[in-house]
Amino acid sequence: MTANANTKNALETRLVTKTYKTDFGTIHAVDEVDISVAAGEFIALVGPSGSGKTTMLSMLAALLQPTSGQILLDGVDLASMGEVERVSLRREKIGFTFQANNLVPYLSAVENVELMLRLNNRLDKAGKLRSRELLARLGLGERLHNLPGQMSGGQQQRVAIARALIHNPSLVLADEPTASLDTERAYQVVETFAGLIHEQKRAGIMVTHDLRMCEYVDRVLMMQDGKLVRIFSTREEILQLARGGREND
Amino acid sequence: MGKNLSLAGYLAVKEVWRNRGRFLLVSLVIALITLLVLFIAALGEGLGNGNREYISKLDGELLVYQAKSENLINASRLGRDRLASIRRVEGVADAGMLGTASANLVLPEEPLKIAILGIEPGHMGEPQVVEGRQLSTGLADEVIIDSNTAYRTKLTVGQNITIRTTQGTRDEFFTLQIVGITDGQQYSLQPSVFLPFNTWDKVRPKSEAEVNLSNPIANVIIVKLDDPEQVEVVQQRIGAQVNNVETATLKQAIQALPGYSAQQSTLNTQGGFTLFIGILVIGGFFQIQILQKVAQIGVLKAIGASNPVVAWASVIQIIVVTIIGVAIGGLLTFAFSLFFPPTVPIVFNGTTSALALFALLLIGPLGGLVSIRYATRIEPLKALGLSS
Repeated sequence: MTANANTKNALETRLVTKTYKTDFGTIHAVDEVDISVAAGEFIALVGPSGSGKTTMLSMLAALLQPTSGQILLDGVDLASMGEVERVSLRREKIGFTFQANNLVPYLSAVENVELMLRLNNRLDKAGKLRSRELLARLGLGERLHNLPGQMSGGQQQRVAIARALIHNPSLVLADEPTASLDTERAYQVVETFAGLIHEQKRAGIMVTHDLRMCEYVDRVLMMQDGKLVRIFSTREEILQLARGGREND
Repeated sequence: MGKNLSLAGYLAVKEVWRNRGRFLLVSLVIALITLLVLFIAALGEGLGNGNREYISKLDGELLVYQAKSENLINASRLGRDRLASIRRVEGVADAGMLGTASANLVLPEEPLKIAILGIEPGHMGEPQVVEGRQLSTGLADEVIIDSNTAYRTKLTVGQNITIRTTQGTRDEFFTLQIVGITDGQQYSLQPSVFLPFNTWDKVRPKSEAEVNLSNPIANVIIVKLDDPEQVEVVQQRIGAQVNNVETATLKQAIQALPGYSAQQSTLNTQGGFTLFIGILVIGGFFQIQILQKVAQIGVLKAIGASNPVVAWASVIQIIVVTIIGVAIGGLLTFAFSLFFPPTVPIVFNGTTSALALFALLLIGPLGGLVSIRYATRIEPLKALGLSS
């Protein structure tokens, strides 16, 4: 494990590369990508299919080991961690929302959120109260005891957002969080997500193919063929990109 | 470990409770397997008991057979001279003759097939009565009936019974008085009637050649020892001092009863196969369940649930479902057993039932081993469709 005390960013990657060997040669799924995300910053990772954004997200989530390079989360290199350490890291420092099958189907909304605290052995009265408050803030105050099957896709995504944030992680990752939602719900979900990331000072990364959703992020990183090809940093650039997404839709 | 178990228990119980219909269905399958296994065990015990009950309740240690009879009671013939020789052997406390045969007990409706056992009053082989008195002399026209005979015939102490046997080519009828009733003493799966040895010899079925013989012949001689620890020593002494005999312990004698070993091994095999089918059924259910839950387990692992948590959750679920199934099956078995008449050879023996229940409790975890292993090998990346 390598510590970097000087980093100011919550997340920083250095020359992260992931290659796969196939019968036809070596594929560079991610090729020497450097990104950094500060606490309280919400970025979008976009790009066409096969651009490497999902592989990048998997490595940032400590689900996949990079072939080379460093991934520093709060200054700790998770690329060099063993499996047990990575499981602990995912539990303690990372919050997730996925495209689908997000929630544990036999746990109610509030139980799904509390599950993160249970996993971290931090479920106490205050934690239970926070879970309920967070769900209420996400408009699910009346749905606390509903099972996922009794909620709409948008409601399930909001429960997943609450679960991703309840344990105060350093990094929050979202993989296509709006893929199964209609446009109105998609905007609501991403807006809420962005609001909470800014408010709670988490580093947030959203992988999306829907450029319209970039409207709520602080930066957009575009990947192509495994490389980081463009960064949209200014508000104007980002809004223009989002508008382009709307027109294409 | 404690934290993992607590979290696994929480997840397992929540899942079972929220899907109780589905899990109850599996528990009911286990309950039916339990019912089947317990009844097979009880049938084995009942049939075995029907065969060996009299022999197993003997207060002696050895049976003496005619040499080369291969421990088959019906194939052995021993005269009174051997009895006297055996009683003289050092270490023998008592010995009594036992003659066995089948006969019909004449009843108003239809005759009852019974085992008639000739024993010497006051010696080894005569069972203790629980009602009435023991037999008086070796020639008395008296009988002791066992509780199975009493139950089926409703006969009581003081009443007369008529036994029909074929002697030569003629049917003969013998009227004898019931002087006592003993506990269950079935022999050869038949209810028993005990006669004084000489009376038995008069009553038993005979071939034409035997009809006029005056020297009663027993099948075997039952021996009680001064010191039950000295079985082997006394066996050697009997072999050395008494001509033309072989000896067997009661355990060996029971194993040699006609059909006993084959019957027990058949029933044990059936029970074993039922357990095996149970393992396959439970294994199949949990494997299908795990296959349906791949994405869900993937999410759990992705958010930081460790493999021990996932594995323990599966184990706890399997144990809960199995315990519920075995409990329901046990209760069903008990309820059914209340409606079975005592004539059906089903006996619920504590040890046998406990062993069967223990085996049944093991089939769940055994059946679920494959699915647990599968669950621990699920990769969150693949389960969530994130792999390239």
